[in-house]
Amino acid sequence: MLTVVALIVLFGLSCFVQGEVDAYIRRIVNLCLIYAIIGLSMNITNGFAGQFSLGQAGFMAIGAYMVGIFTVPVNLRADVFYAVPMNPHLVNIYMPLWLALIMGGILAALVAGLIGTPVLRLRGDYLAIATLGFSEIIRIIITNANTITNGALGIKNIPSLNDVRYIFLATAVSYILMTLLLSSSYGRAFKAIREDEIAAEAMGINLFHHKNLAFMVSAFFAGIGGGLYGALLGTVDPKNFLFTLTYNFLLIIVLGGMGSVTGSMLGAVIVTAGLEYLRVFDEPLEIMGVAIPLFRPGLRMVVFSVLLMVCVLFWRHGIMGTNEFTWDKLINFLKHPKFGRKKEVQRK
Amino acid sequence: MLKVRDLVVAYGGIEALKGISIDVPDGQIITLIGANGAGKSTLLRTIMGLEKAKSGTITYNDEELNSLNSQHIVERGITLVPEGRRIFPNLTVLENLKVGAYLRKDKAGIAEDIKRIYELFPRLEERNWQMAGTLSGGEQQMLAVGRAMMCRPKLIMMDEPSLGLAPLVIKEIFRIIQRINEAGTTVLLVEQNANMALKVAHKAYVLETGRIRMEGTGRELLENEEIKEAYLGKKKK
Repeated sequence: MLTVVALIVLFGLSCFVQGEVDAYIRRIVNLCLIYAIIGLSMNITNGFAGQFSLGQAGFMAIGAYMVGIFTVPVNLRADVFYAVPMNPHLVNIYMPLWLALIMGGILAALVAGLIGTPVLRLRGDYLAIATLGFSEIIRIIITNANTITNGALGIKNIPSLNDVRYIFLATAVSYILMTLLLSSSYGRAFKAIREDEIAAEAMGINLFHHKNLAFMVSAFFAGIGGGLYGALLGTVDPKNFLFTLTYNFLLIIVLGGMGSVTGSMLGAVIVTAGLEYLRVFDEPLEIMGVAIPLFRPGLRMVVFSVLLMVCVLFWRHGIMGTNEFTWDKLINFLKHPKFGRKKEVQRK
Repeated sequence: MLKVRDLVVAYGGIEALKGISIDVPDGQIITLIGANGAGKSTLLRTIMGLEKAKSGTITYNDEELNSLNSQHIVERGITLVPEGRRIFPNLTVLENLKVGAYLRKDKAGIAEDIKRIYELFPRLEERNWQMAGTLSGGEQQMLAVGRAMMCRPKLIMMDEPSLGLAPLVIKEIFRIIQRINEAGTTVLLVEQNANMALKVAHKAYVLETGRIRMEGTGRELLENEEIKEAYLGKKKK
């Protein structure tokens, strides 16, 4: 109930951001929202099902290219594909953004299903390496499929989506769908697999089926997030989807807490907004006429990395751990600020 | 009735089971005892579909189980309480029980069974919302048994339920095993604690390095001189 109210309040806030706030802040809010979707999607495989996968950038690329290829207005396509003409089968197909997003998600999920069949037999580090490799393969295929994706030139002229409300709604719907999945018996099965594969199997949970499902759902939402990302930038380019992009999301989920939905949301906001906030460190600073030599472009990342290390040292399981933010806990805390935690224990 | 015939299971080239035949009639407690490496756990894991047999057959009510995967074996009413408990440490007690009922869809029945298990193990109800990893060893074992009971098994297999527990707790666990059996569930019990296990067993098998060495009723084996020496720690006079 309170969640519904909160969503409405947040939607109102997003309308306000859309109408009143300058483009720079709006951009950051949009990025936070998109990163939240993708962070959450990555948390399904890595945090809930416990399968260490690093393929998110590849699935984002699929979603982003789906949006890139099909939402550019037909009359502008010749301009975009000036080096190699576009594939004649595709040149006249146009999709509205929402359809392209969903198709991108579905295609990403299908690719994940194909990749998952051989790859999900691996565990731990090996799985991470294999998924990382596949995400690079996707990127390289995109780079070389000139008539479809315009190769290394990328696709420009995507009608730019700069509407906080639209992105907010997409995030809210993704959030609700993923939360429903994770709180169902499937979610419990994912967690059981994370905790102990052998015991989970003895309970009759089909390991392969569930790992694949988690992987595909994760890819689906990564595809949607990637599509929104492409639409926000107004241009897609294979270089946007290098594997380093995946680490952003790894950072978000580790910082927010592996296996916590609300943690991923929080992590996305902290990482995206935090990086922007720290921009002061990149600007030259003069104290009493003396320029401090440390303050130059790049210091921001140093400070950020140090903060991250501190975070990981003191909150080893991320800010939320595997806990969730719930209204009960908040109300409890507000009523008894000091004894909030104790009270909770007693109630059990 | 579960029938195992001439079962051979190998890890790589090494045969852990070298042709084992046992019968588990409905409604009884059947015990397997044997030293480390005798193949007791392997037998249970193979029945559960976690290991593949090299040759031999496993049938349950005249249906062959060899080619089925674990999911379908659970659906047929066979479940395993794994060695070392293997509860899900970062899930709550309640979530652990719910995972146990994973293949069932009847919500009312699940709620009823959770209640029944809490009656059987009041300690678990007190710790309903606690992470299972924070329970004591005995409570974890109770949870593992409770979790297995959640799929309404006809045959429950337990792999060393007394492992690492205090003598008083072991007594409690065995009392519960008997209660479960009296309620109509067949029990296939693997134990190193031969004394306790033979006392509750209707029938028992002694495994030695992958072969059945001896079989008989619990009482017969308890009084057998060889068994006394090898497993019960009493010297031959």
